[in-house]
Amino acid sequence: MSQPSLLARADFDSLIRALAARGYRVLGPRVRSGSIVFDEISGAADLSAGFISVQEPGSYRLEDSGNGRYFDYVHGPESLKRFLFAPKETLWTVSAGGEVSFKETLPDLRPLAVIGARACDLAGVSVQDRTFLAGQHSNYTDPYYACRRENLFIVAVNCTRSAATCFCVSMNTGPRARAGYDLALTELDEAFLVEAGSEQGETLLADLPLKPARDVDETAATQAIAAAADSQTRRLDTTDIQALLFSNLEHPRWDDVAERCLSCANCTMVCPTCFCHSESDVMSLDGTASEHRREWSSCFTLQHGYIHGAQIRPQIRHRYRQWLTHKLAAWIEQFGASGCVGCGRCITWCPTGIDLIEEVNAIRATRIDTPAPFASLFPPG
Amino acid sequence: MSANAKTFNPYLPQLAAVVERVDETRDVFTLRLCLHDAQARAAYRFQPGQFNMLYLWGVGEVAISIVSDPDDPDLIDHTIRAVGRVTRGLQRLKPGDKLGLRGPFGRGWPLEAAQGRHLLLITGGLGCAPTTSMIHYALQRRASYGRLTVCHGVKHPDDLIYTDRIQTWCAAPDTQVMLTADKGTPEWRGRVGLVTQALEDIDPIMFKGMAMMCGPEPMMVSVAEDLLKRGMMLTDIHLAMERNMQCAVGHCGHCQFGGKFICKDGPVFPYAQLRALLAVRGF
Ligand SMILES: Cc1cc2nc3c(=O)[nH]c(=O)nc-3n(C[C@H](O)[C@H](O)[C@H](O)COP(=O)(O)OP(=O)(O)OC[C@H]3O[C@@H](n4cnc5c(N)ncnc54)[C@H](O)[C@@H]3O)c2cc1C
Ligand code: SF4
Ligand code: SF4
Ligand code: FES
Repeated sequence: MSQPSLLARADFDSLIRALAARGYRVLGPRVRSGSIVFDEISGAADLSAGFISVQEPGSYRLEDSGNGRYFDYVHGPESLKRFLFAPKETLWTVSAGGEVSFKETLPDLRPLAVIGARACDLAGVSVQDRTFLAGQHSNYTDPYYACRRENLFIVAVNCTRSAATCFCVSMNTGPRARAGYDLALTELDEAFLVEAGSEQGETLLADLPLKPARDVDETAATQAIAAAADSQTRRLDTTDIQALLFSNLEHPRWDDVAERCLSCANCTMVCPTCFCHSESDVMSLDGTASEHRREWSSCFTLQHGYIHGAQIRPQIRHRYRQWLTHKLAAWIEQFGASGCVGCGRCITWCPTGIDLIEEVNAIRATRIDTPAPFASLFPPG
Repeated sequence: MSANAKTFNPYLPQLAAVVERVDETRDVFTLRLCLHDAQARAAYRFQPGQFNMLYLWGVGEVAISIVSDPDDPDLIDHTIRAVGRVTRGLQRLKPGDKLGLRGPFGRGWPLEAAQGRHLLLITGGLGCAPTTSMIHYALQRRASYGRLTVCHGVKHPDDLIYTDRIQTWCAAPDTQVMLTADKGTPEWRGRVGLVTQALEDIDPIMFKGMAMMCGPEPMMVSVAEDLLKRGMMLTDIHLAMERNMQCAVGHCGHCQFGGKFICKDGPVFPYAQLRALLAVRGF
């Protein structure tokens, strides 16, 4: 939208205060129990600075970066998901005092600003939009999601480092934030390069002590982002992935991964796109009202595949296969996009270090391709 | 946010009242419901094969097919088997009791394509509600269809419900009803054996028509494959699917079957769309 400008590191506080002055509750990266999470901040001093996150399959460790940068850590377990699609919320309440009546409980509308979203997180939001907002891929708008979506101000950060688990380059989602942000920052040595991506972002810029960016600043930012991209070694080959996975549903690799998978659902909880949720009722103690709630659930739980008298996916092999085939293949049929944005969180946060890319590669390398009718599900092209 | 999002909440049930409860067997009953709000009642339209989410106060919601006639949408009938928390609670409701209703949801039977064709309706086990809606629909409009053959299989003769209605179906013009029980009893007058075996005795002309079925998946698959061998066109076979359902609007992910959502792409599907995946266990 606008020309990039520069915000001096010493003035970073002004961004947080400008958002607060406009009524936003502001969240930014802070260290909690050994990882970075988004938490309330009232000034730059509240941000956790000087960390890098060392991420490997099944491990996450914060280390001193040796500099005072705010955003060298790449990302923590949280994406933007919980700010739009709440982990637990009440959808409606119903009372029975005399006349039964249903009352929707839409979320509190206090606008929220989140500083530090990454390109993969923005891509995750656009994938979830396809599920929760009515349009080409969904018949109904989820009003709870839509309310929060309207009230979220996103300050994205272009990654100038990648974790070892990142593969946004091969999913074509990062490391530069392309769309879906209000402001995008690139952290340089002494300043931030700032770009607006929406009218609200543009308006907010007017409140900040900015200087025009020089060519050298833009070049430095571009190079830093390119370096992050170049450092990524993980690649997911998505060539004909629907046909590959759906014609290898009886591949022995599913048994192999089932030996390692604990069916703990961590991968689905940290995934920015997983949308599964279940509903339940909680009655008030005096029995006059009931709350109808929903909360995140996962295809790794037994509840997910329960129908009376049968369990649809009784073995871990079935559940891992559901997860991977949905994420990487069925999603494309459902929503016209992959369910994976390449953030690598499911690799980092898997307690046994299962790496979905390795699983796909293993199937690809020894594919057994059941003949039609499977192949006919996904004709080439 | 679109105006639609502000005004319409697809999760919020409407208030409905029980007009009548008919007990079909010890654990099967029909609830006849009426929406409370006059405007909602006037706007309510459905197709055979679609379903509602019924909410029992303080307990939860379940997906239940609509079995009444779409031309009389004021009274919405559901035939329910009491199997668990919600359905057992629904069984205790009395006329005048209130409950929540959302719907209708999903895609029903291919009514237009079925016009003028012979209809072969096959059900297995107790999951016969979706086909029942189609049978009633066709019988109410008898002249619009060719021959009607209902093939209904149960495990045990005691599982047979709807005996009165089956009598009426038998009496309808150009309509044949075949009952099969996996195991017989001395009083059982129907066939003994699997529902697939009953296909042997069906007039082959029926295989030029359309098949609509519901019941356990292995049963539907073996019947569908058998029908194909007997010359029925792949595109003429339709089936009603079931999966765990939480939202009914394509948001909760529970009803997925490969790339399909049972709640919005189904519950009725052309067999061709599901054939490959139905051959695999664990979806
Ligand atoms: C599209 C569709 C149409 C249906 N039509 C009918 C009908 O006309 N008549 C009828 O008797 N039953 C029908 N069912 C099955 C009915 O939804 C289940 O029997 C019911 O959900 C069981 O709930 P419960 O709480 O009594 O049982 P519990 O075993 O206590 O179930 C607990 C929860 O599991 C889930 N669940 C259990 N079984 C099923 C199931 N089969 N399908 C989906 N979710 C399930 C529900 O969320 C339920 O609340 C239909 C199911 C679907 C998907
Ligand atoms: S599947 Fe894994 S890598 Fe892909 S978006 Fe989800 S958490 Fe990130
Ligand atoms: S089915 Fe599994 S992979 Fe797909 S959205 Fe749900 S939890 Fe995620
Ligand atoms: S029932 Fe929720 S997605 Fe189909």
